[in-house]
Amino acid sequence: MTQVTDPRAGTATSRAGSRHWRSQSAYLGVLPFLVFSGLFLLYPTYNVVSGAFKNNENEFSTAALSEAFHSSITIHAFKNSLVLSLWTAVAGSILGGLFAWALVTGKKEGYFYRFSIALSSVLAQFGGVMLTFAFLATFGFNGVISTLAMKVMPSSFLADSAWLYGLNGLIVVYTFFQIPLMVLVFLPTIENLRPQWREASDSLGGNSREYWTRIGIPVLTPSFAGAALLLFVNSFSAYATAATLINLTSFLTPLQIATALSSEVGGANPAEAKALSFIMIVVVTFVMALYALLRRRVTKWEANR
Amino acid sequence: MKALDGLSLDIAQGELVALLGPSGCGKTTALRSLAGLQELDRGQMVVDGKDITFQNANKRGMGMVFQAYSLFPHMTAGENVEYGLKLRAHKTSTEKRKQRSSELLEIVGLSTHRNHYPHQLSGGQQQRVALARALAISPKVLLLDEPLSALDAKVRTQLREEIRRIQLELGTTTLFVTHDQEEALSIADRVGVMRNGQLEQIAVPAELYDRPSTAFVAEFVGLTNPIHGNVSGGSIDILGGSLQVLPGSITSGTGIALVRPESIQVEASTSGKSRIFSASFLGASCRLMITLADGSRITAQMPSSESIGLIAGATVNVSVLDMPVFVKALP
Amino acid sequence: MKRTWKVQAWRRFIIGFVGLYLMVPLYSMFDFSTKPFLIADSGRNLRSWRIIPSQPDLGIAVLRSMITAGIVMLLILFMIVPTVIWVQLKLPKLVRPLELLCLLPLAIPAIVIVVGIAPLYRWISINLSESPITLAGVYSMLILPYTYRSLSAALDAVDIHTLAEAAQTLGASTFRMISGVIMPTIRTGIINGSFIAIALVLGEFTISNILNFKTFQVVIAQIGRTSGNVAVSVSLASIIFVLVLLLLVPATKRRAAVLDVDLA
Repeated sequence: MTQVTDPRAGTATSRAGSRHWRSQSAYLGVLPFLVFSGLFLLYPTYNVVSGAFKNNENEFSTAALSEAFHSSITIHAFKNSLVLSLWTAVAGSILGGLFAWALVTGKKEGYFYRFSIALSSVLAQFGGVMLTFAFLATFGFNGVISTLAMKVMPSSFLADSAWLYGLNGLIVVYTFFQIPLMVLVFLPTIENLRPQWREASDSLGGNSREYWTRIGIPVLTPSFAGAALLLFVNSFSAYATAATLINLTSFLTPLQIATALSSEVGGANPAEAKALSFIMIVVVTFVMALYALLRRRVTKWEANR
Repeated sequence: MKALDGLSLDIAQGELVALLGPSGCGKTTALRSLAGLQELDRGQMVVDGKDITFQNANKRGMGMVFQAYSLFPHMTAGENVEYGLKLRAHKTSTEKRKQRSSELLEIVGLSTHRNHYPHQLSGGQQQRVALARALAISPKVLLLDEPLSALDAKVRTQLREEIRRIQLELGTTTLFVTHDQEEALSIADRVGVMRNGQLEQIAVPAELYDRPSTAFVAEFVGLTNPIHGNVSGGSIDILGGSLQVLPGSITSGTGIALVRPESIQVEASTSGKSRIFSASFLGASCRLMITLADGSRITAQMPSSESIGLIAGATVNVSVLDMPVFVKALP
Repeated sequence: MKRTWKVQAWRRFIIGFVGLYLMVPLYSMFDFSTKPFLIADSGRNLRSWRIIPSQPDLGIAVLRSMITAGIVMLLILFMIVPTVIWVQLKLPKLVRPLELLCLLPLAIPAIVIVVGIAPLYRWISINLSESPITLAGVYSMLILPYTYRSLSAALDAVDIHTLAEAAQTLGASTFRMISGVIMPTIRTGIINGSFIAIALVLGEFTISNILNFKTFQVVIAQIGRTSGNVAVSVSLASIIFVLVLLLLVPATKRRAAVLDVDLA
């Protein structure tokens, strides 16, 4: 016999009480993760952000920050970082975007497609160190291209590998990992460019240029811009490549931070490190916020995810 | 607003009770409370003499079949059916488990699909596997939460017969929730009609149909013709007949009688005061829409064999069978 | 898309140009590492490849990186995945906050995390051990955005509420429900998320370098300071290894979408 009854005299309050506990106890389940992320993510972030507003004696002060804003070295490094990030974002997004298009217009499950995706996955996560050696092997002293250039075009910049260690070199090297990253991020968007749109445009009398300028590019632009922003952040935050390639400790902001942390020459300056880190966080957060806004528009269109 | 309000329900051993009602009436809440997936603020649940009100869902030993997507996608049909038994591994051996799952797959007619994955099965087949899986643990109560709603019409009718057959064979106490009144009426021992968290009436299908106790039940279950009339002395005069009024109706004054289409008698007559507006052939029966002398329209239903000559445009005489009828108040 | 000759021409050009950009350095690595280096060498040889195993710190570094990757995997399987599932199932109000938390690492460059973690790291190495716990801990936070994305995409594709309830009514405990029913269902999401995690761990340099851990990348850099060609051969070897691995693993469809982090 199964009964479901409702005696009017119910112990509603005590029932509600224990039920409250039972629903609240579910929150215990996130405790481990909360503790962990608190230790390894939130605490360092808080440390940096609050530390930017303290001096080395742990008192509140904006000295570190104002010093950063006034130091010509810092400003120079920051400019370098920005320029580097900008150029590599542009180059990477254009080249990567075009390559993604080339992939999509080919065979979907073919070898080339699969290989390109696999290669992109590997190269995008390609450690900065290995990247540096790849380029040293190409353009550095005794490198493949540089020795070739010495024979063929001895007066060109390629023959002398000094350019590699400057901003231009960094741009070329960074773009190497920006391209695969762009492919991975942008490919889904291009794949979602429905062939029906192209067909509709054609049947309504539009030609290729019109399709692209009126439909293709406007649809792709938000996603493209978003991906470019992602590339910017990626470049801005990078450290490994520059650290391996360049000896100048304050060429880029990340390098400056590393130096401030563990200086072999003078005393370490944690306050400076934190101030610079804070500035980095601000820049990155700002760009990521823009990215989020763009993504919001894109997801309205990309239904098949 | 309360999802369930003063609901009291007794289900006998081996009985199939259907909870019927529109969406939001609380039928699913009641079922899920019984399963332990939902908590009651007040009240008590007793199964087999044991109070299970505070017992966890995974200890209640009830088999539940959900509306859709409940089969574990990474397991074959056979593995799905065995899942409940596997959890009780200390009580059964691998041999016994295999035997039992084969048994059940046989009962639901899917023994050849033992090694198929859910995505390889049709909707109806998936629900059968879900049924087998729920039955594998020999549940005290079988709970079915609108199991047929997501299926095609034809599969629905087939499968509901099978569910009933299996339930009778195994003698499992069953609670079946649905919004489809035909479904409920055709397979249940008793049907409970629910509205706004309350049980309006619970009775055997015939009684629900012939003797509804509220206007809502009368109108929700089966078709009705609303016909105005005056109630006095326990009867109402409509369509040339005097019909007894069912308990629960208004006792005096003008009301709306809810007359079943099968109760309407139609006779072809050249001097008839009513005219057939349209005739629908439904196979075994025929449905006629008739315009009465006063301009109102009613629906009559009769076996097709009796509808010869009754076509659109024909003039007819309309009368009503002498059966008790429910009369509701004017809005 | 229409394959007119113009499209084809463009296609070939782009593939050629980008392909060259990507392949030339890779080829150069191969060329550089097989060049005759010592006076004793007569022509091309695989010397710099053959002496890879005998590099002093390399073996240990690889091992260390693998162990760290292993710890990160454990953290993913036993902490991150269950938490994401738990929130999805039982704490719907926390879904957005959790998502935001998992995306936070995107706004914090690795170099910045190192700055902030220094005191904690010191405390751990003094009071607990020198082992790469800190490293594994930080890494697991760094991979959060990508792993979370993989997981939530997989969770969205399945109705885990119904599956969870079905398992419950059949008698499964919460633990069995999560480990035996839900996790297998989102298997591909977990695998994808794990791949990225491992890739990140093996490729990471910034944090391990500054905290003075001799991980794989740090040792390659170290080798590079003395024998450039060996560093190159090691790098190339690891790329080829990972590439082959990826090609052998059956292609999972939405892998590309994994980096698509969505705040909408």
